[in-house]
Amino acid sequence: MSEALGLYNYWIFVALMMTGLFIVVSRGNLVKKIIGLNIFQASVFLFFISLGKVDHGTAPIVSHAGDHGAAIYANPLPHVLILTAIVVGVSTTAVALALVVRIFEAFGSVEDDDLHRAEHES
Amino acid sequence: MLAFLLVIAVTIVLQHSLIAATMLAGFFSLLMALVFVLLDAVDVAFAEAAVGAGITAMLLLGTLGLVGADERVTRRRPWLPLAVTFAAAAMLVYGTLDLPLLGDPQAPAYTHVAPYYLEFGAIETGVPNFVTAVLASYRGYDTLGELFVILTAGLGVLAMLGLRGAGSGSHAGGEGEISMTHHPILRVIAKLLIPFILLFALYVQFHGESGPGGGFQAGVLFAAAFILYAMVYGASNARRVVSAPMLYMLMAAGVLLYAGTGLASLWYGANFLDYGVFAGDFVSGQLVGIFLVELGVGIAVAATMITIYLAFAERRVE
Repeated sequence: MSEALGLYNYWIFVALMMTGLFIVVSRGNLVKKIIGLNIFQASVFLFFISLGKVDHGTAPIVSHAGDHGAAIYANPLPHVLILTAIVVGVSTTAVALALVVRIFEAFGSVEDDDLHRAEHES
Repeated sequence: MLAFLLVIAVTIVLQHSLIAATMLAGFFSLLMALVFVLLDAVDVAFAEAAVGAGITAMLLLGTLGLVGADERVTRRRPWLPLAVTFAAAAMLVYGTLDLPLLGDPQAPAYTHVAPYYLEFGAIETGVPNFVTAVLASYRGYDTLGELFVILTAGLGVLAMLGLRGAGSGSHAGGEGEISMTHHPILRVIAKLLIPFILLFALYVQFHGESGPGGGFQAGVLFAAAFILYAMVYGASNARRVVSAPMLYMLMAAGVLLYAGTGLASLWYGANFLDYGVFAGDFVSGQLVGIFLVELGVGIAVAATMITIYLAFAERRVE
């Protein structure tokens, strides 16, 4: 029983990741695909952060300069990795969206089917 | 709460209006930030709330304004994608069976390098926030690399969309510009909020060593204040405050400040990004180095985010 509770959050992340993957694979609209990629990415963030969680721990900030090691802190390393990854993620999303805008200007559509057809006609 | 995240994600799948999907994605991010707080990752929650619910949503809306906001409803057979996702999900769930349980203090991730950071981090760097200590000092190389990625992404957006009038910088309001100046409530509230957002961003920047926060969050908040201004008063008014050459300079200056700090420590005879040499004793030197590096991060992130937003906001469909 405790095993199922301890793994429950991982299963939710798997389901989230698959939801994102499903959007990317099954939807034709490029903006929708990017939202799907963002959900996929979010599931990885959540997975990493939950690896850093420790029972009875607190946020990794020393409250009083004196008491090092007195409290239990969450693992700060995944926090650092994901903190930077979030900001990098929005930058790469911006690049993807810029590509979408340029594709729209060149082809007049952001739907997969139209783009395939335009490519075969030219 | 986690199940609610999943509900939102599934709703996004079923949603054909992309504006609604964008709003749901913003809400998803806000909820994710709450989950991060529950998992004791306050710094990450901070960044996610500012980035996911603020800037990503703005960029998505900016794109939708250019390419149209409705997804075409096509009757495709979803069986192949469904089969692929369920197969992958089954394998991933099988993989989770070997993972340590949530909150296990004996988990491999918690027994390797983390105890060192938690035991010596605050003593060696003089910074009470372990996340800042690891980000700016122990893993300074990593963060420099991330900053270069952000700069490169900003340059990529500029190369594809570009800012108007990069040469002159000042512009009269273009016709057909989207602004909300005719909404008095928005105008007044935005004017009230923006100074406090800017002040809070500065607090987060300079207090990030001892509380949650730091250069990344401060940069994003600072950019959010500008983006709010540009949304309500129009991009061309915002451009009177920040000209294109100034944004380019700031993007590069932030990264150069970070890399320059590393070169300065080389100059003093230590290793790259080894801040101990900047002051008389090791810990004060660390504090100086971390301060400079975080400032570089803040400047570069803020300038890049503002540039990216303006590049989308100023684009017109010809």
